[in-house]
Amino acid sequence: MISITGIILAAVIVGGVGLFIGVFLGFSGKAFAVEVDEREEAIVGVLPGNNCGGCGYAGCSGLAAAIVAGEAEVSGCPVGGAPVAAKIAEIMGQEAGETIRKTAFVKCGGTCEKAGKDYEYTGVEDCRVMAFVQNGGPKSCNYGCMGYGSCVKVCPFDAIHVVDGVAVVDKEACKACGKCVAACPKNLIELVPYEQKHLVQCSSQDKGKDVMSVCKVGCIGCKMCQKVCPSEAITVENNIAHIDPEKCTNCGLCAEKCPKKIIL
Amino acid sequence: MGELLIIAVGSALVNNVVLSQFLGICPFLGVSKKVETAAGMGGAVIFVITIASFVTGLIYEFLLEPTGFEYLQTIVFILVIAALVQFVEMFLKKVMPPLYQALGVYLPLITTNCAVLGVALNNVQYEYNILQGVVNGFATAVGFTISIVIMAGIREKIECNDVTPAFKGTPIVLVTASLMAIAFFGFSGLI
Repeated sequence: MISITGIILAAVIVGGVGLFIGVFLGFSGKAFAVEVDEREEAIVGVLPGNNCGGCGYAGCSGLAAAIVAGEAEVSGCPVGGAPVAAKIAEIMGQEAGETIRKTAFVKCGGTCEKAGKDYEYTGVEDCRVMAFVQNGGPKSCNYGCMGYGSCVKVCPFDAIHVVDGVAVVDKEACKACGKCVAACPKNLIELVPYEQKHLVQCSSQDKGKDVMSVCKVGCIGCKMCQKVCPSEAITVENNIAHIDPEKCTNCGLCAEKCPKKIIL
Repeated sequence: MGELLIIAVGSALVNNVVLSQFLGICPFLGVSKKVETAAGMGGAVIFVITIASFVTGLIYEFLLEPTGFEYLQTIVFILVIAALVQFVEMFLKKVMPPLYQALGVYLPLITTNCAVLGVALNNVQYEYNILQGVVNGFATAVGFTISIVIMAGIREKIECNDVTPAFKGTPIVLVTASLMAIAFFGFSGLI
């Protein structure tokens, strides 16, 4: 069979199969073409493409489909923020509403040296496991960050890290997708406006004396900040101060007045 | 019938495509992090391998064998399988969107899955006819699904364990795979 005709025949067979397949695929590509809204592809193009799911849909293409269908707002992508919303609005031919850039914030400042420990723990490093551990983890404070990094594991942007036993958000890297908010079993993480400078770095709802006994940087609910705030943005409820971002003017009086220095 | 059953059991369990023939390792390691995705991949593989065994069987019997160009099987099969996957993807997208939603992500990955080509070539090597070939293909793919789903289940458990840093990631997965292969070796007395 090794002859020049054999080689040519082999080439013809393979080439013929290839040609047939090419023509066949070309035709079936036309025959089975599915109409996709052009705007959907354009929107997928401007979305960040991380498929983080922060918008609540299954990936960026899911959000794009929902925007085209009118089920989601043009500003539906929390990661892209205002620039992406503006581009999507242009594609959809509508005005983009104003979007506020947000960032995640961990409401606990109880680092290893400032918050006490009841015992040493050497086990599985995951915050969710702490529900099965004595006293809900080794940290004396039952409300504070346990520092086992469940939030770190879910962050798609490498924006949250455990430093000195407490999770700390990198404000610049954070895209406010909200994954860490959902991951934290103690509900310590909150999405706050990027512009807001003063935040309460504690979540303890214990009475002042109990807080003092377990942590050097806990909110004792003294209401000093509430009294000093000129715009009535701070309320103390359940022994914990809360700043309303809508009313806060970033004046910084509360931070000065706080006796425990827990308002940043 | 009995012969087909032996072929099926043989290729699904005894000569498991991943654990004993070392074919299709890339999806086995790549898509086995979650049981859900592993099952999706398994479903897509079953679908494609069964169709591919049938089509390559036809090509071999009616094109390559009569013309005496059996030695072209590898290159022709690669061509045919790649095109077939493309076609199936288009077809599903248009005709069965729900099935496309479920399998869609995995279909392009299978284009380069060596298990598909491996089954087609095995069918020729063992001199199976088309029906035997299809049964062999289906059973092989079921074997692939069994091993990848078990693997994903084990990997989900490993996630919660404290693995020595040197073994983190792929090494522990390969150790797991080898232990699974030893376990599947126990099936060798079956036929």
